[in-house]
Amino acid sequence: MNCKAIISELADYLDEALDPILRASIEEHLGKCKDCRIVVDTTKRTIEIFCNSEPAPLPLTIRQRLHEALAKRLRRVRA
Amino acid sequence: MSSPKLDPVESRALPSQVVKADEPILVAAAQNGDISAFETLVGRYERKIFRLTQNITQNREDAEDAMQEAFLKAFEHLREFQGNSRFYTWLVRIAVNQALMKLRKRRPNVVSLDEEVDTGEDMMPREVEDWGPSPEQRYEQTELSGILSNVIGELDPPFRVVFQLRDIEELSTEETAEALGLSVPAVKSRLLRARLKLRQKLNQYFRQGANS
Repeated sequence: MNCKAIISELADYLDEALDPILRASIEEHLGKCKDCRIVVDTTKRTIEIFCNSEPAPLPLTIRQRLHEALAKRLRRVRA
Repeated sequence: MSSPKLDPVESRALPSQVVKADEPILVAAAQNGDISAFETLVGRYERKIFRLTQNITQNREDAEDAMQEAFLKAFEHLREFQGNSRFYTWLVRIAVNQALMKLRKRRPNVVSLDEEVDTGEDMMPREVEDWGPSPEQRYEQTELSGILSNVIGELDPPFRVVFQLRDIEELSTEETAEALGLSVPAVKSRLLRARLKLRQKLNQYFRQGANS
């Protein structure tokens, strides 16, 4: 297992979609290669930072227009 | 989390698989004509759907239109929702379609999401620097939101959309493939590239000493 192979398996490794033998082989390499450890760690954090980020509040005007459009459609349904 | 030592990746249930307890009740009520139940669902997801359409279209006006159309379409087709997936996943698929239509209309020359994307690019990361503990906490919430929005906007659409669905909306790889009409290997390939590109872009903000 070399650094290039680690990168090509990275997505499946982070998603825990690898078979145990391949996973163990990757972890053996990570135990010896600091650069790969950093790449794996920072890629994992990249996903977590995006995943954990809260969406910004909806701007008031956009929210108003959305609910007006919905109300208009809902009124038509009720009629 | 401060050391570069790799902790085993914790297994986690995807939020797309975790249903809020009252969601099926709200959906069933909305399907039976309870308008306030539908409005509750809209209020629950409007921020996330707007972020999704904004990230895909990279245009505020298009994002607003796509979001509105997504909610209106969801309401119109609510009775077709079978409950085989989470309501939010169903809604995301509708919103993605609306956002992609806007993107294609505004940028007809944009690479088709269906096309093979270049796979000849060397993916080996060149900047390998530790980020230190909780690098995102060095930024205010609004500043961080801006950084994330900017870096994802710099990705080409085929990568941006896959990352958005898979890692932000947390659809499974199979759900992402189905929503975009792509094969599972294509989703995996694009996801890997998107993650590595974003890691590289965030490196300038999060490497140790970047904001000191």
